[in-house]
Amino acid sequence: MTETAGPNTGKLQMDLLRFATAGSVDDGKSTLIGRLLLDSKAIFEDQLEAVERTSTARGYDYTDLALLTDGLRSEREQGITIDVAYRYFATPNRKFIIADTPGHVQYTRNMVTGASTADLGLVLVDARQGLTEQSRRHAVILSLLRVPHLVLCVNKMDLVDYSEERFNEIHHEFTSFATKLSIPDLTIIPISALLGDNVVTRSQKMDWYAGPSLLHHLENVHVASDRDLVDTRFPVQYVIRPKSDAHHDYRGYAGRVCGGILKPGDDVLVLPSGLPSTIRGIDLFDTELDEAYPPMSITVRLEDDIDVSRGDMICRPQNAPSPTQDIDAMICWMSTSPLQPRQKLAIKHTTRMARALIKDVQYRLDVNSLHRDLDTKQLGLNEIGRVQLRTTVPLLCDPYEKNRMTGSFILIDEATGVTVGAGMINA
Amino acid sequence: MTVHADYRLSQLDELEAESIQIFREAAAEFEKPALLFSGGKDSITMLRLAEKAFYPARIPFPVLQVATGFDFPEVLETRDNWVNRLGLRLVVASVDDAIRDGVVIDDGKTSRNRLQIGTLLNAVEQHGFTALFGGGRRDEEKARAKERVYSHRDEFGQWDPKNQRPELWSLYNGKLHGGEHMRIFPLSNWTELDIWEYLEREQVEIPSLYLAHKRRVIARDGMLLSESEAVQPKQGETVEEKMVRFRTLGDMTLTGCVESEADTLAKVIEETAVARVTERGATRGDDKFSEAAMEDRKREGYF
Repeated sequence: MTETAGPNTGKLQMDLLRFATAGSVDDGKSTLIGRLLLDSKAIFEDQLEAVERTSTARGYDYTDLALLTDGLRSEREQGITIDVAYRYFATPNRKFIIADTPGHVQYTRNMVTGASTADLGLVLVDARQGLTEQSRRHAVILSLLRVPHLVLCVNKMDLVDYSEERFNEIHHEFTSFATKLSIPDLTIIPISALLGDNVVTRSQKMDWYAGPSLLHHLENVHVASDRDLVDTRFPVQYVIRPKSDAHHDYRGYAGRVCGGILKPGDDVLVLPSGLPSTIRGIDLFDTELDEAYPPMSITVRLEDDIDVSRGDMICRPQNAPSPTQDIDAMICWMSTSPLQPRQKLAIKHTTRMARALIKDVQYRLDVNSLHRDLDTKQLGLNEIGRVQLRTTVPLLCDPYEKNRMTGSFILIDEATGVTVGAGMINA
Repeated sequence: MTVHADYRLSQLDELEAESIQIFREAAAEFEKPALLFSGGKDSITMLRLAEKAFYPARIPFPVLQVATGFDFPEVLETRDNWVNRLGLRLVVASVDDAIRDGVVIDDGKTSRNRLQIGTLLNAVEQHGFTALFGGGRRDEEKARAKERVYSHRDEFGQWDPKNQRPELWSLYNGKLHGGEHMRIFPLSNWTELDIWEYLEREQVEIPSLYLAHKRRVIARDGMLLSESEAVQPKQGETVEEKMVRFRTLGDMTLTGCVESEADTLAKVIEETAVARVTERGATRGDDKFSEAAMEDRKREGYF
């Protein structure tokens, strides 16, 4: 039964790409997603029929593919996408998870949410309009959230006569704007979502464009190397002690590898206690592994009987995060009542819960212009700013730019239990 | 250190790793979780993932089943085999008992599916469960596409789709107040095809109904329903014997099957890969009533 279990032994060698899209009704984002789903056969007949029925009932001349992606009744009534919706499609090489988010400024928090788990971000601009405040903001947010790959789709090329000159203007405008951001990998593709040019197959109408179609790029962009395979980080999630006769002495530390490659025999350090030990074994169900790497969920056994509990972190002796109670972070605020100095909140970082005191709001970042507003000492709903906090217990953190899992946290309002902030730790 | 370019997981392994993380996180943070088990392929996948998450220890929470009274015997048999093999505690909340005790009212018009809501919420309250693992997937239906992995329920068991907690990275927020509970969906990112491929890879027991077999069926409302005590031909309907399999398993009176020759999981996967109708659209009478049918039931506390 276990011969087929374990990593890389699955029958299908497909991997997974998570990407986030942002945009409003007018950019043709829903049309583009609809087309990807339709052309990869991820839309079923009954779904298409339901959408056709609704389109006819509303007196539209065409099938409104946006109806496929707008899930909740209130959204369909208002004709806007107000939340993150997740879509799935697959090609023979890869499975895709789309986090489809609204583009308006009042939904920045939804965009941040969608971008937090994305390997790739997709920004759309209308070829007639070029870069807008909105498309700049999307690029800024994707860069803040350290989404490693960015694709700019210059859409509606059919409406500018597939003009190479127009494409080059937008290309130039965007690349010069992008120098102010941190975008490791940028690809710019001229498309027409409505007519399908360069979406799934290369367009005949733009022979001046030598690059890949959007789908070809999504299928081939290399994401495995975005993970940190050097700095070992293993936050302990759960301690497994069977208390059964068959496994009387078993004591395993379960969790998800956030960085590095773990191997039996490795010398390790447990934080915050600082106690050293050696990895005796790594288990994935009933299989013993030779090595474990992100994002695997595994169980680690140690040679020494030391005190390790949830919230601790296993790392290497010469390569460990420094425990700190003073955190400097970019925070995206998600609540209607503003973030202010002296406020107390619950904080969740890796598998550790603590309380945090807001010490200072250093500046508010204008996500359209990148201007730093030093005069504002609070953050309102959907605003992003640099904040100093002090926590009740030390957190074992890395800069967000080094590790998205050990560099991020959420803030929770203790009275309501609601998630009110998302934080990215600065170096 | 040499970094090999192939340090990557297949998509099934990545989904598995994510789901295992969710199980462990919830088991660590919630006082009294339970796993909602319907006997269907999604709940079997959940049990398999939970088994892996805590191995070699036992799964540290009970299994809760809402029995409609119209459950397929094959499903109950599979449930018992799983529960016995893993040494789990099984809690059954029965719709019949709930009707008898006046917890829900059977007016003869309401489907058993709706009556399950009251039965479930009553069981949650009675046993004090603070978290329920459900097998819902975001690819199933539009309302589910926006649901969080940790989905908050108020003290009335209701879901407020416009007021969901933001969910970032893999940092789940399990804060609750008295009387509230959390629905947790470890399979959120799985698709129907992923489930079949995983079950085939894992070689675990599933109800035989999922594979093609001969069955006496009645064509009704565009679905093929299995003939049983509860489902008898109406005027003008005939009973035919066909080769069929089920894509979902729920209440016998509402769950239809599809004509199929797929008698192995490999063949089911092949058929699923080319299927042109969603599994709920094809075989679930309860979702057909309106475009927002699922959203309405979810607001009330449906799983």
